Amino acid sequence: MPRLNGAQIIIHHLERQGIRIVAGIPGGANLPLYDALAASTTIRHVLARHEQGAGFIAQGMARSSGTTAVCFATSGPGATNILTALADAYLDSVPLVCITGQVPSSLLGTDAFQEVDTYGMSMSITKHNYLVRCAADLLTILPKAFQLAGSGRPGPVLLDVPKDVQTEVVEFESWPEPCPVQAHQTDPPEAIETVAAMINEAARPILYLGGGVIHAGAAAEARQLAEQGSIPTVMTLMGLGILPSDHPLSLGMLGMHARRATNLAMEECDLLIAAGVRFDDRATGRINTFCPRAKVIHVDIDASEIGKLRSVDAGIIGDARQAFGDLLPHVRQRSRHQWNGRIQQLQQDYPRFQDQDFAPGRPFALIRRVAELVGPGALISTDVGKHQMWVAQTYPFTDPRQLLTSGGLGTMGFGLPAAIGAALAFPERPVVCFSGDGSLQMNIQELATAVEQQVNIKIVVFNNQSLGLVRQQQRLFYEQHYFASSYRIAVNFAAIARGFGMQAYDLAGAPDPDALLQQALREPGSCLINVPIDIEEEVYPMVPPGAANTTMIGDEYAQN
Amino acid sequence: MHRTDLPKPQETTTVNTAILRLTVNNHPGVMLQICGLFARRMFNLEGIFCTAIDQGETSCIWLKVDETDKLEQVIKQLVKLEDVLAVELRNDVRERISEMEAMMARID
Repeated sequence: MPRLNGAQIIIHHLERQGIRIVAGIPGGANLPLYDALAASTTIRHVLARHEQGAGFIAQGMARSSGTTAVCFATSGPGATNILTALADAYLDSVPLVCITGQVPSSLLGTDAFQEVDTYGMSMSITKHNYLVRCAADLLTILPKAFQLAGSGRPGPVLLDVPKDVQTEVVEFESWPEPCPVQAHQTDPPEAIETVAAMINEAARPILYLGGGVIHAGAAAEARQLAEQGSIPTVMTLMGLGILPSDHPLSLGMLGMHARRATNLAMEECDLLIAAGVRFDDRATGRINTFCPRAKVIHVDIDASEIGKLRSVDAGIIGDARQAFGDLLPHVRQRSRHQWNGRIQQLQQDYPRFQDQDFAPGRPFALIRRVAELVGPGALISTDVGKHQMWVAQTYPFTDPRQLLTSGGLGTMGFGLPAAIGAALAFPERPVVCFSGDGSLQMNIQELATAVEQQVNIKIVVFNNQSLGLVRQQQRLFYEQHYFASSYRIAVNFAAIARGFGMQAYDLAGAPDPDALLQQALREPGSCLINVPIDIEEEVYPMVPPGAANTTMIGDEYAQN
Repeated sequence: MHRTDLPKPQETTTVNTAILRLTVNNHPGVMLQICGLFARRMFNLEGIFCTAIDQGETSCIWLKVDETDKLEQVIKQLVKLEDVLAVELRNDVRERISEMEAMMARID
């Protein structure tokens, strides 16, 4: 009969669950856990420099691989620091198990040193959370936590484990089996036939695909559905990569920074086939003017998403892969010449790019050049801001899970640690982190982690010495009252990277920036590449927050 | 002790409120989960009554919800909570809940 303490039970269960990497930081209240981890021969610990970094490293592993990843933090500040990464995982439905140390049970509720109510604070930003009351409970909670994180709509699960629970020794009969991810029941066949009939009858349908399609591993089925019915397809930020960017049916991202033709096409559609999406305001604009002529089919594994913001004509509660698989035999092969012709006309009238967008040194040119140099197998993480939207608009994505980006929470500081996580999960693939000077400074300490772990990531910093998207909103909506949106000092990011022991390149003033970029991306190991960007480069077109998606401003076609 | 001068609880008409009965795991965080859900999703909760059942393994929570237009969403969100084992719409016992409200208002 096994006889172990709570900490050993946790570590051994993680091993049984197949966890090979844990990101975290030790502290007073989780030292028993680290003592047990030290004895593990199969789990590699990645020591982050800030708990938020640890959470995002775990996210990078989970987002790129689709499997649950684990992070550790101590009580108090360790826990509060990691909360942002949990909230981020919650909004983007990323499977994580986070284990925090807590003060001993006898001190709970006494305002002890490094005590915060981690359970209470994490409740609204986790799929589920536990305050573990005795070591024996871990035997049921641990497999359940992994099952919850990975099943249905994935999400983060937190276990708050008091120090005395970590050291409490228990004897037990046998190890619990790691719980498999739960399958989801599908809707009855008649519902599928009704939905298929709606698709077959629609003259101007649009597929609206989001992160849920990627979580379900349904990109191939989605593509087949689009091709079988010749259905133009838009993707949310979280859905980019479901259809390759250059697919003839791909209209790219919808919403606030979509192509003009994409948002206009949606205005005309008569059937919106939404799957794995949640009608987020950045995607829909003013919701009551979104696809005003369309009937709506909504496929989602989370029943509460169906009808939450937009009433539907048909809902399928279920896994997108299963739903598409059931639909495909009933969806007629159609060419929809007229509708696709109309969309081509819109795209000709409002071209996606202008030649001058690709002038040397401009954002689109740089992003395309990086893509060319790193090839289609690369994993791409972004931070949050202008660079993120430019990447979403121009990067030639070919695969789901290729883009790792903070969609729902929009967390600056996501990119670097997420790239480290992706590189840990896929050491053989190139990983590029597109960041901005504002975002990078939010978790810049993780440069040390990248160097220490010897991961292969290329950090491309679009440096406009400002909080670019904030400044853009001040330009457009606050009468150019620029305030607190640009930095008054020029930070030398290359020097900082070198200080952390990382190779660095600066395209500013380089006689041949392209040659330097090529050299930087070719070198093995991690490096940082500082790329100066004109502060006036904006993200266009833009739908003002709260406006209808057809109200696009800033580009040359804008009526303002 | 003097009686408070609080107005009598208004007999809310049947159109605006719904009565829900939840069966939940009985542990110290559950009430926080339920109340937190209502607060953060801007659902109005007019009344709550909770007691342990089944030798303390589970609890039964009665909710009076002022959200007939959002009721479907309220129920779907409640069902998603891992500690919520069952949600029943129990408008059939509205009168008895009103009696309980009146009784509680008389206790001082």
